[in-house]
Amino acid sequence: MTRKGRRLVLIGVAGVVLAIAMGLVLSALNDTIVFFTGPTQVVEHPPAPGTRLRLGGLVAEGSVLREGANVRFGVTDGSKAVTVNYTGLLPDLFREKQGVVVEGTLAADGTFKADSVLAKHDESYMPKEVADALKANGTWKGPGS
Amino acid sequence: MIAEAGHFALVLALALALIQSVVPLWGARRNDNVLMSTADGTAIGQLAFVSLAFGALTAAYVSSDFSVVNVVDNSHSAKPLIYKISGVWGNHEGSMLLWVLILVLVGAAVSLFGGNLPRTLKANVLAVQAWIATAFLLFLLIASNPFARVDPAPFEGKDLNPLLQDPGLAIHPPLLYVGYVGFSVAFSFAVAALIEGRIDAAWARWVRPWTLTAWLFLTLGIAMGSYWAYYELGWGGFWFWDPVENASLMPWLAGTALLHSALVMEKREALKVWTVLLAILTFSLSLLGTFLVRSGVLTSVHAFAVDPMRGLFILIILAVFVGGSLALFALRARDLKQGGLFAPVSREGALVLNNLLLTAATATVLVGTLYPLALEALNGNKISVGAPYFNATFGPLAVALLCAVPFGPLLAWKRGDLVWAVQRLWIAAGLAALAAAAAAFMAGQGSVLAAPVAGLAIFVIVGSFAELVERTALFRVPLGNSLRRASGLPRSAWGGALAHAGLGVALLGIVAATAWSEEHIDMVGKGKPIEIAGRSLTLDDIFLREAPNHQDVVARFAVRKDGLVQTMMEPAKRTFRTRQMTTTEAALATFGFSQLYVSLGEVAPDGSAVAVRAQWKPLVLLIWLGPVLMAFGGMLSLTDRRYRVGAPRPARRAAVAVPAE
Repeated sequence: MTRKGRRLVLIGVAGVVLAIAMGLVLSALNDTIVFFTGPTQVVEHPPAPGTRLRLGGLVAEGSVLREGANVRFGVTDGSKAVTVNYTGLLPDLFREKQGVVVEGTLAADGTFKADSVLAKHDESYMPKEVADALKANGTWKGPGS
Repeated sequence: MIAEAGHFALVLALALALIQSVVPLWGARRNDNVLMSTADGTAIGQLAFVSLAFGALTAAYVSSDFSVVNVVDNSHSAKPLIYKISGVWGNHEGSMLLWVLILVLVGAAVSLFGGNLPRTLKANVLAVQAWIATAFLLFLLIASNPFARVDPAPFEGKDLNPLLQDPGLAIHPPLLYVGYVGFSVAFSFAVAALIEGRIDAAWARWVRPWTLTAWLFLTLGIAMGSYWAYYELGWGGFWFWDPVENASLMPWLAGTALLHSALVMEKREALKVWTVLLAILTFSLSLLGTFLVRSGVLTSVHAFAVDPMRGLFILIILAVFVGGSLALFALRARDLKQGGLFAPVSREGALVLNNLLLTAATATVLVGTLYPLALEALNGNKISVGAPYFNATFGPLAVALLCAVPFGPLLAWKRGDLVWAVQRLWIAAGLAALAAAAAAFMAGQGSVLAAPVAGLAIFVIVGSFAELVERTALFRVPLGNSLRRASGLPRSAWGGALAHAGLGVALLGIVAATAWSEEHIDMVGKGKPIEIAGRSLTLDDIFLREAPNHQDVVARFAVRKDGLVQTMMEPAKRTFRTRQMTTTEAALATFGFSQLYVSLGEVAPDGSAVAVRAQWKPLVLLIWLGPVLMAFGGMLSLTDRRYRVGAPRPARRAAVAVPAE
């Protein structure tokens, strides 16, 4: 094979690998990214059931109820609240009236089925996403309010 | 006084770095020996002064000097001594000081062990190294002074974040930083080569040991961090595709590619331009990682710094170094002559494929990490890119790479024989098929992909040794002959095989612990056993346990198999007094390479029951054993005497030719 031919093979293979990687990235970005919302948006403009979402807000006071492995609690931004069902252990920093981000899907009855619950590990640190949602609703009580 | 001495030492180190940034470079242009050799003195001097500063900060921590802000914020007089010391780098300022300390340590090592480098190359390398040191010393002094005082001094400190009070933290950041910062040497060599406009096989020979050293520390650092997250965070996960984890994975992937392309350059003088570009990219990704972690742009547990000034400063450093080096590359790359023709099917071809797949994988991780940030900056939309994205993009590329791994070493340089290589691998392929069938049969349900991936892992493990089998003529000549041949093989052959096998070992652990794990979550009282993995777990007692700086609520479980008690497990909820913060202390019981992982949720108000998550993680320890094997392989290669060939005084330099950090 000539020098030119070899170089063409090399460039061809590189092009194929890059094209495959690009295709993977683009299709994955279409299918797998998860949008972040707040309770008000979910209640007022409910997404199609089954869409994966991240829901941020505060754990509603007096709403936490455990039955065996299942736990149910409300996530609120001060005006609207969404009921969340979760199977598993709650994180250490999970408290009523504290920030929380849950990821999962909205069920047909308007409750949220979470498969992960995140409470941030530094208590002085409110997740930015939650803080923005609360600021937008005027219920933010942290610094910069 | 000690804090001021430390601060002053940093200023002196900055002055030396400034001198070293200019004088050796000028000397190299004028070919003036005296000017060039100033770099040696300044490199050692920088190390001395930064060590002094680091020692000063450590002294402030050990003696609990609460007149230093940094100590107040991150220490407490009742903290155990080991965490007082590791607390030095368990915060933003201290960890940047550690970063700079390792940077100047590496610089001094180049100066000390680089006696066999051409004089101008060494001077240029040290000058570039000093540019980096200058930038980060300025950053420390202007935006993150670890020695700032507080007046009046409080009586007690605010304690270290409890999650960081762990032996894992004592070793994880230093390992990771040696890796990150170690790649600066490859970067400096690349920029120096571009400044000189000249590069040859010897350049690759000098760069490889440095890159290999950085790579093996980064490998261990990432594995250590993963294990730490596994047992400390209480979720039982080992990799979360968290942006901070990606920040360390990207330089690792690029560094792995660099190791392999430098091999081609050293042996065959091919891929010069590409290797130089990879060296620049690898360190750029290290800088990007530092920026992501240190600037606080990410909402993540690692981002202790939430200060826009710092973020901007590191962003400027990042832009100057990445932009500058890439501009230099664009200007000078065409001066670097290409050489060494090869056929597509050859060792070089295989290494090119390795590089393509690794860089494509790096790119997918980069996109997944930065896309949410870019999107939020552009239109304010908040999204999260998580495991599904990375499984769909990184996964297939990694599988393709792993399929190719055993073939590479079996192909000859210049022109390889694929059919011959396939014939050498049929045993490995057969074992892999058997393993996949066995896995599918035993596991029954679970992911459809798990069994083939387990087979792939076996293929990589067994196939990695095919080259050694071939070279020792195992089973074809008497065993004694094979053993003699084996001991005569270069250590890098063993190192490469072990590192490749480690990849397969880690993959086997990942697939087993992910696809065949069992999980039980329940509210458990006494006398209600949890059945898991053929064992039963019964609650024995719930009690309180006191320690100087924390209080634990412990649940004791008995693990029984066939009615016999195998072991006791004591997961706990730990509350730290100073910060009133609770952490989950999971209990782990090891059976072979598999582990039972038990963590606690909330305790019922009457104290009779507790929420429990019990997980069975088959072969989970292989996930970290694999990287240890890889690092061991790297170490073995480093001791190969072929790395020292080309040194003018091989006999005398033999003991020190390996960088020692």
